[in-house]
Amino acid sequence: MRITASPHHEAACALRPGRAHQVTLPTAEEREVILLTLRVAGLAVGCALPVALLLGWILAARFPGRFLLNALVHLPLALPPVVTGWLLLTLCGVEGPIGAWLWKTFQVRLAFTLQGAALACGVMVFPLMVRAIRLGIEAVDGGLLAAARTLGAGPLDRFLTITLPLAGPGVLVAVTLGFTASLGEFGAVITFAANIPGQTQTLPLAIYSALQSPEGDAQAARLSLYSVVLALAGLLLAEQAGRRLRR
Amino acid sequence: MALEIAVEHRRRDFVVTAQFSAPAPGITVLFGPSGAGKSTVLAAVAGLLRADHARVALNGERLDRLPPHRRRIGMVFQDGRLFPHLNVERNLVYGLRRSPGGQVLPGDMADLLDLRKLMRRRISSLSGGERQRVAIGRALLSQPRLLLMDEPLASLDGPRRLEIMPYLQRLRDTLRMPVLYVTHATDEVYRLADQVVLMEAGQVIAAGPLPELAARVDLALAARDDAAGVLLGYVHRHEPERGLTSVACGGEVYLVPLCDIPTGDSVRLRIPAREVILALDAPRNISVNNIIPAVVSAIRFDEKTHAALVEIDVGGGQLLSRITTDAAERLHLRPGVRVLGMIKSMSVELL
Repeated sequence: MRITASPHHEAACALRPGRAHQVTLPTAEEREVILLTLRVAGLAVGCALPVALLLGWILAARFPGRFLLNALVHLPLALPPVVTGWLLLTLCGVEGPIGAWLWKTFQVRLAFTLQGAALACGVMVFPLMVRAIRLGIEAVDGGLLAAARTLGAGPLDRFLTITLPLAGPGVLVAVTLGFTASLGEFGAVITFAANIPGQTQTLPLAIYSALQSPEGDAQAARLSLYSVVLALAGLLLAEQAGRRLRR
Repeated sequence: MALEIAVEHRRRDFVVTAQFSAPAPGITVLFGPSGAGKSTVLAAVAGLLRADHARVALNGERLDRLPPHRRRIGMVFQDGRLFPHLNVERNLVYGLRRSPGGQVLPGDMADLLDLRKLMRRRISSLSGGERQRVAIGRALLSQPRLLLMDEPLASLDGPRRLEIMPYLQRLRDTLRMPVLYVTHATDEVYRLADQVVLMEAGQVIAAGPLPELAARVDLALAARDDAAGVLLGYVHRHEPERGLTSVACGGEVYLVPLCDIPTGDSVRLRIPAREVILALDAPRNISVNNIIPAVVSAIRFDEKTHAALVEIDVGGGQLLSRITTDAAERLHLRPGVRVLGMIKSMSVELL
């Protein structure tokens, strides 16, 4: 299962020299890595989205302390990812205050699990998502909200029936951007969730492992190619969503 | 039954102080140049603007103490503000769904505003006039206790405005709710207003029934080129053989070109000041159909244009006559002088 430059694979390549860098369909092991990466990214975005929506809504309004909250949300963007991972480990590791509580109450462990990898990804892409959602919400015409108010809609009603549908393209950008960025998260994931094949080893981590092995260049190249394809697909989706936002 | 409004708002060096009462039901037009503070008053009444002080009492109930979305004050904005992600029908019922129900029925509204064919349409496919009709319907269907209209026709061009006006007049006659209507267009004032509040530089200059304020020579309406007197009356008799209709206004009967308004219906006559001729003695063999005895109640001379604006009391109300200063001096016109007001049937506008 472990994706390293396995002797078996190397042997297969050696039998057919010159074909190592040829584009072929992913092997079962590689498919598993890709699938795991997609699962981690999906879980990360799925969990981050509701919180990002709430914070995007809050940050679109004017209130004292907005600057501070905004800075806090953007912190993972500015910190070295390894520091974010270490902070997560300190807080949500088995010994950490949140991690210990989770274990005691729900027997749930985050560190060194797929869920932990998703948490690390979610935290890392959170600023990007909040920003896209905030811009989407800020682009909604305040006059329409005033009109909804005179028609009897309260604050939450207005958010759900006017703001959110009209900020839809911004939310779409947030989702595609968050998902794409999650696919490539490395530092925070490896620090908090470690590099466990089949559990936390996402594409970038598998590439890193392949490069650690003296004969893993071909493997790394293939995995990198998949990364490029996934990233391009994600960015194209985000671009399409962004185009709808500007319209 | 009345609506009491008091608004005070200071923003930098612009101060709005407005206090007036309005009939309920009835249309009260806030009239004045742009920047007079009319829209500020409306926004404060709706609660969309947090004014320094705003008191809104409808038949004694304080609406300003409620949060804006619970006041049940409907509003029609200049730019329509229809929700672009909902079709016409869903725009129309947005407020209705959030209302406790009431007398304004969707079917009636669709007929009155001619909306049946638009129901499934997207907002972006509507013309300006159609948009405003939907906006008016949407506001009315939210079952408001008070309707605010902030220059609802200002974003429309000439023909489109004329297209909407009959709908508004129909609403004036069928709605049983108070309406505050902001505009700086005089034709809307003459057609729609029961009551007028004149505003300038954040202050209320005068407030009162339209016929009274229209004829006041010291106020803004009379100072305009299109100044006119307004008389309220009812259709008295049709005379098809003469091609005339007689309208009764306070004891006098005015002959106007034959119209198809049913006998007994109330109408308003608008008689432009420049069309009213004044005489001291009754002329003979003259084409003018209406020769009305009157008393001069006020005169204002304008040195620059050599014009005299004369307010005359015709019994059932006041009319204006704009004549030359020379004519006013030849006839020795001053308050209290008895005159005859002569008005061609063709000069009378039936609104």
